[in-house]
Amino acid sequence: MSTVNEMSGAPVKVHINNVVKTFNGRNGEMVALNGVSLDIHENEFICVVGPSGCGKSTLLNIIAGLLEPTSGEVYCDGKLVTGTGTDRGVVFQQYALFPWLTVKKNVRFALEMRGIKGQEADDLAMKYLEKVDLVKFADHYPKELSGGMKQRVAIARAYAADPQVLLMDEPFGALDAQTRTQLQSELLETWEKDRKTCFFITHDVDEAIILAQKVIVMSARPGRIKEIVDIDIPYPRDQETKMSPRFLELKNQIWSLVYQEYLEVRK
Amino acid sequence: MKRNKNSWVDKVPPWAWLVQSFLAAMVVWTIMSIVPRTARAFPNVVVTIEGLLEMVERGVFWQDLSSSLISVGAGYALGFAIALPVAILMAWYIPVRNIINPWIQFIRNIPPLAYVPLIVICAGVGRPAQVTTITIACFLIMCVTIYQGVVNVDETLIKAARVLGAKDRDIFVRVIAPATLPFILTAIRLGASVALTTLIAAESTGAVAGLGMRIRSLNNTFDSAPMLAYVIIIGIIGMLVEKIIRFLEKKLTGWQETIN
Repeated sequence: MSTVNEMSGAPVKVHINNVVKTFNGRNGEMVALNGVSLDIHENEFICVVGPSGCGKSTLLNIIAGLLEPTSGEVYCDGKLVTGTGTDRGVVFQQYALFPWLTVKKNVRFALEMRGIKGQEADDLAMKYLEKVDLVKFADHYPKELSGGMKQRVAIARAYAADPQVLLMDEPFGALDAQTRTQLQSELLETWEKDRKTCFFITHDVDEAIILAQKVIVMSARPGRIKEIVDIDIPYPRDQETKMSPRFLELKNQIWSLVYQEYLEVRK
Repeated sequence: MKRNKNSWVDKVPPWAWLVQSFLAAMVVWTIMSIVPRTARAFPNVVVTIEGLLEMVERGVFWQDLSSSLISVGAGYALGFAIALPVAILMAWYIPVRNIINPWIQFIRNIPPLAYVPLIVICAGVGRPAQVTTITIACFLIMCVTIYQGVVNVDETLIKAARVLGAKDRDIFVRVIAPATLPFILTAIRLGASVALTTLIAAESTGAVAGLGMRIRSLNNTFDSAPMLAYVIIIGIIGMLVEKIIRFLEKKLTGWQETIN
């Protein structure tokens, strides 16, 4: 499966092949994903946008191995995905921090699952907390943190598991606008440094364009890929980028694509 | 209810309120010991303490207290030991849940006093029947509470642990157990209160000693001073146990998000 993409030149990290997912609900069968195929290349930052209920979270859960596709398959590094794996890290919208563990111990949890123990785990945990600028809060419990800080801990924890691919499920969706832009900038900065393969779900078109190399627009239920838009704005990017003419052009283009789907949902 | 933040009510420390509450109770008690209608059931403080001392001198008080505490302790511990695994099985295996849950809901609504005779027929009079009665009552309340806790563990936390590489065992020990702990402690608190309230029913099974048994036997001779003392002692035990468990809850589950 390590086919080389002719355009980007990078090997395929995640190969999604004709994934279909149906749920059995009260009103009969509901098709969430209707044949989704996609390649995520190494070091690529992909954002997925689409109306709610378009199956974007379902797709992420299938890549993570938390859900099984009804048909079709997902390969990560050429290996068939049959369940969760530490090669794929997930950041959830609801932070999902363990409330009974301090900030440091939350990060340590990921390290311990990798078999790192004792002083080494402590030191490494602090290193990851340094990255998100939360060293001072190492011994605090999650309940003592703001939403933005909680999500930074969750990101540090996801990094501590040292995954090949980072799957982010509307990670900034529950944050206020100011905190959201701040976390976007931090994530951009980190990604520009380490180029960790990222699959990022959002309903915020601005967020998708500022972060991603490719924006995937999904259609309303049943979810399909409607269009893949290449974001040809060079990195490094920052919040200023949102004022550039190219940004606004892309925003118009993507927004009209998404808007059609919103209308579709309302029908 | 709105009131001035800096009123005198806020300036009184909690312990002082406790003292005042106690003194007020004493006043009410004394009034009740004077009013003719209630005077026979509520002798005043001095007479009540004398009644208790008399029981101590007769050598029955410590016997009653230890007998009751043994029954309550054993029934409570057994009830918990059964409730914990059953609650976990109910939460994890739907067939177990669907069969056992209706039984629990059914029995929970029957007062223990009603089924005590059935237990006596099976277990005979004495300690086994007492312990069985308390075990059943404690099991029911603790099982329901712990089951709620295990069922309500945030699914996202289990997912988060799984994507970090946690195996089933890790998830049980490091996610489900700590996430359920607050409910287990609540179960322990509710169970303690049920154990005490079931005591009287349990000791109606022909006990030779016990706080509940003594109250019944004193009732036959209208000896209200020691009777009242015994009633108060049951109340004090309940309050002490509750305080200890609340303290443990604070220590062990202080990490919980509180809504305020």
